[in-house]
Formats: sequence, structure tokens, C-alpha cells
Amino acid sequence: MNAINPTGWRPSMGENEPETGIRTFTGNRALQLEEALLFELGAADRSGVDFPDTADIDLSALGPMARAERPNLPGLSEPETVRHYTRLSRQNYAIDLGLFPLGSCTMKHNPRLDEKVARMPGFADVHPLQPVHTVQGALSVMNELAHWLIELTGMHGVAMTPKAGAHGELCGLLCIRAALEAKGDPRDVILVPESAHGTNPATAAFAGFRVENIPATPEGRVDSAALIARLGPDVAGVMITNPNTCGLFERDLKIIADAVHAAGGYVYCDGANFNAIVGRVRPGDLGVDAMHINLHKTFSTPHGGGGPGSGPVVLSEALSPFGPLPFTARQADGSVKLIEEEQAHEEHPQAFGRMCAFHGQMGMYTRALAYILSHGADGLRQVSGDAVLNANYILRSLDDVLDAPFGASGHCMHEALFSDDGFAEGFSTNDLAKGLIDEGYHPMTVYFPLVVHGAMLVEPTETESKAGIDQFVGAMRSLAERARAGDEMLKSAPHLAPRRRLDETLAARKPKLVWKEG
Amino acid sequence: MTRYFTKDHEWIAVEGSEATVGITDYAQSQLGDITFVEVPGEGSEVSMGDSASVVDSVKAASDVYAPVSGKVTVSNAALEDQPELVNTDPEGDGWLWKMTLSDPAELDGLMDEASYQAFIAEL
Repeated sequence: MNAINPTGWRPSMGENEPETGIRTFTGNRALQLEEALLFELGAADRSGVDFPDTADIDLSALGPMARAERPNLPGLSEPETVRHYTRLSRQNYAIDLGLFPLGSCTMKHNPRLDEKVARMPGFADVHPLQPVHTVQGALSVMNELAHWLIELTGMHGVAMTPKAGAHGELCGLLCIRAALEAKGDPRDVILVPESAHGTNPATAAFAGFRVENIPATPEGRVDSAALIARLGPDVAGVMITNPNTCGLFERDLKIIADAVHAAGGYVYCDGANFNAIVGRVRPGDLGVDAMHINLHKTFSTPHGGGGPGSGPVVLSEALSPFGPLPFTARQADGSVKLIEEEQAHEEHPQAFGRMCAFHGQMGMYTRALAYILSHGADGLRQVSGDAVLNANYILRSLDDVLDAPFGASGHCMHEALFSDDGFAEGFSTNDLAKGLIDEGYHPMTVYFPLVVHGAMLVEPTETESKAGIDQFVGAMRSLAERARAGDEMLKSAPHLAPRRRLDETLAARKPKLVWKEG
Repeated sequence: MTRYFTKDHEWIAVEGSEATVGITDYAQSQLGDITFVEVPGEGSEVSMGDSASVVDSVKAASDVYAPVSGKVTVSNAALEDQPELVNTDPEGDGWLWKMTLSDPAELDGLMDEASYQAFIAEL
């Protein structure tokens, strides 16, 4: 019914080889395979496995649940299935293949040592319902990691369980809400600067707060005068991303935090960009009350494509009493202690609840602790130093061919931000990004932050060598020059990828989400 | 019929106490290809400056604010299947909703065509 390539030649194939004129029967180009959909590979009327004869089976127990029609599933053998997904995976781009310059994502190399530690059976195979005396090692890892997160951020306590950044933001805002409710204070406005991450206003709205935007200054930082002027008895807190989405350090954070505290509010800091300041700045010293740390970004876990994530939330002394269970807080003797549900009524009675059923992402705790301990204090300082150096190297290597809107605002932090100013008429950031695919790179973050027209946000991270960055800079320079000169070929890039430029508008307007026969 | 404009790039065409609302040609050109339009429910009350509708484009999701206060009488059902009308005919077939005005005096704060053209010329 649906044989592989039922119509024979694919008219779109073959033309990709203009030099040789060779057209292959399959549409494949050596190991660049033209992969059909799973349903095209294995039709519903075929089966890859032998089922027992149903004639001898009493189906009456199924009653009305007995299926009248065949399930519409593709029939494939095990090797066909394995090959399908393996071939697809070969078409994917990954940090293990090359530079992944997505700004705000901190796509850096994940040391194999941390993977090895996470796979040790004593950590990898624990079950959350095991007797406590059998998981002392895992609890010890959580406790020690909690200690280092508190230490690195200069905070008082940490809720380890949130599963990623936005979950951590929600955790932080629920702590703020619990603290206000404990005081009988009905504040309900959260201020969010334009330079914050896009998830911040969404989280505040989800947590039941009203969101008000605070403008950015021309140099790309939060307008602290406007923010402080807005403070009042209705403001529950502010959410500031530092370093912010323009790649700049929010120099006024301490001044802002002091003003917010004086006005009775709390300060949430989006710590997604912690990689740029780890080992150098302690957010607790800047007056931050709550901050999530993306373990998967700063502390080594392969991420992207949907996970896994882990976003522990460090809390100030003011908010720690309200942190969700299980909760880790500094004790009077200076040590830190993991408080479970069983001891909560005595030791942590004001917890607002739980963020997840068990203890969070164990596999990421082991990776993060291995990362922290293997780098040491000096190594972590070098991480942030090299990440910032690499971003500045890219910013200054390209600012003669790409507009750097905040290039005059001083050094950038972990990411370099460019705009489409100077491109030829009709050429966009999208064209340059698609051109990067032909050059063999995953494109950078585009059209974010919104305050910059045609934004291109490049985060090289500390794990790229100078030679690797120089090659990327060369590719970017070439593409920028083509966009400035109005090279029409760039408008239809990519030309060398398995697929040409996709119709993203049609895909958004008329999405096909389910395979249908015919 | 008189057409007014807001600084948020909505237009409102008024006839008596009835009006039609949409986004301007400048707005659609900035948004790029529009992929989805969420129109306000018929019969809903909107206040001047409220977010009444959302326009999604390939670049961003943007709120559309009510230029004046009143009650939504008709929403443009054609946009459900053809959101591109907002791109091709923003100030005609790409209208978003019709409404009755509760306070026509609010129109005094809006711009006329000439003032709006001068406004976007400076952006």
C-alpha cells in the first residue's frame, strides 16, 4: 500500500549534484540518506513481528472493548525501527558535533567525567521509594550539592526539586507569595524589565500576579530610575535577569534590590545566565531573595530538545522559611541540612508545599556535583572568565560587519548581541541564520531579545577553542558581508541541507500534526 | 465614517456609535506573516487600553488594545481560517472586531490619519 518511494524517482532529488549530474535511485547521496516517514517505511497492512493465531484465544472477556478495526500503526521489524531512528539522529545537530551558539542557552561541552559519575549504578539505579538507609549516598550528594549552590550564590537555603528554569521561577514567586501572605500583605504586582527573559512575565502571570513592564535604557540595561519610581505598597517584587538578555551585567542590581526591600518587596533574579558570573559574583551579596540556577546550563548536563532540566532555587534568609519540601537550609552551626516531609512540621513548618513528588533530577545532581568538585574554585572562576572572554572576542571580531547595538555599553558578558542594521534592503536576520546551516552550524538565537531589531544572540561558552571560534567568526563575517551586499543566493539558503528553506508561515498557519494516510 | 488611529497601531472606523477595529498597515508590516488571530468574544465588554485580541506572527505574539471602551458586537470569523487577511488587507477585510462605543468622547484622544502618518514617519 505504502511501499518505500512508491512513485520511483523523486523529482526534487538529483538536482543537488550539479557537478556530476548523478541521480540516485533512492534519492540518497552516499550516507546522506533520504529518510521516509515511519508510516511510509512500514505500512499498516504489514507487520514486523509474528502474532499468535487469535482463533484459539477467547476474546469474549474484552466485551465491547474488542477492536473492530485494525490499529493504524506502521508494521516494521526491529532492525527497520532501529535504523529509522538512528538515521534520523544522524541528521540532528548536537553539541557533540560542533559549536552550538544559541544565546541564553549555554550550550557547552559536558565533561565525560560527569556522565561517568551519573551512570554509577549506586546513583543511576536508585528509586525514590527505597528505604532511606539504602540511599544515604544519594542524599549525601544532594546535601553536598545544596551546600555548594548556597556557597556559590551567597544565599541561605535551596529548594533542589524544581525541574527547570521556568519551574524554578514559579517556585521563587510562590515563596514570595507565601512570605507576603504570612505577613497579611496583599501586594500583587510584579515588575519585569524589558531586558528580562521572556518566561519571567509568563511565570508571574501564572502565579497570579499582575505584570508591569519596566523599560530598558538606551544602553541595554534596566531603567533603574523608572523601576524605583514605580515601587509602592502594591509591588510584591521584581524579576530581573542578570546578566540580562542583552548580554550585559545589571550594574544597578544592588541599588534596585535595596530600594525594593525598603518598599517592602522581594527580588527575584533569573539565574539562567549564571555561567557568566559563577565564582565571581554572589547574587546574595547583591540583595537577591530568590534565584534559580539552571544546572543543565551552568553545571553540565546535555540539554536542548526538551530536557532534561533542573532548576534549583536558592533563597535568602527572608524567603527560606517558605521554601518547598524537601528543602535544604543552613543551620545555626553553619552546616546545611536536607529537611524532609517527616521533620517539616518541626523544622520547616511554613513550607508552601512541594514542587514535585520526589527529590528532583538525581542524574543532574550527580553531574553538577562532579562538575563543581572537578573544577574547584579556581576552575569555576576560569569558566566564567573564559565564557565572557570568548563572547567579547566574537563581539569585537564582528562589530565592523555586524551592528552591535550595545557595543558602546562596555564589555558584554556571556553573549554577543547583534542587529540586522546595515543589511541590504530585503535581507533579514533569518537569511543569515539559514546561511549558517549551509556553513555547518546550528544558528544562533534570533529575534530575541525583542528590544533589538532582528536580534542575533551568540553565546560561544567557555568550551570552544580559539581556532573553533575563529572559524565561526569567519563564517559569520562571510554571511554578514553577503547580507550587506545583497547576495540573492542567501535569501534562499540553506542550499546544502537535507531540506531547503521551509515555509514556516504555512507550517504555523496550517500545521500538520498527525500523519494521515494518502 | 471617520477613521482614528492609536499609538499602539490600531485603527478604529467610527459611524455614529458603531465602530470597526483593526491593526494598521504599518503594524502588519512590522509583525510579518500573521499565523493566528484571537478575536474577542462577541458580547464582551472592553475598556480603553485593555488587551482585547492577540495577533500571532512568525516573529511574535502581540496584544491588540481596545482603542476605546464599549461592547464587542461582531468578531471577524473569517480570520480563523485566513489570518493572512490581516497582512493583505489590514484596514479592510482584515478587520478584527466591531463594537458599540460606550463613551465617544474617548475618540478625542486618538490621532487622525495625517497625525498617525506623521507619528510612524518618526519611528
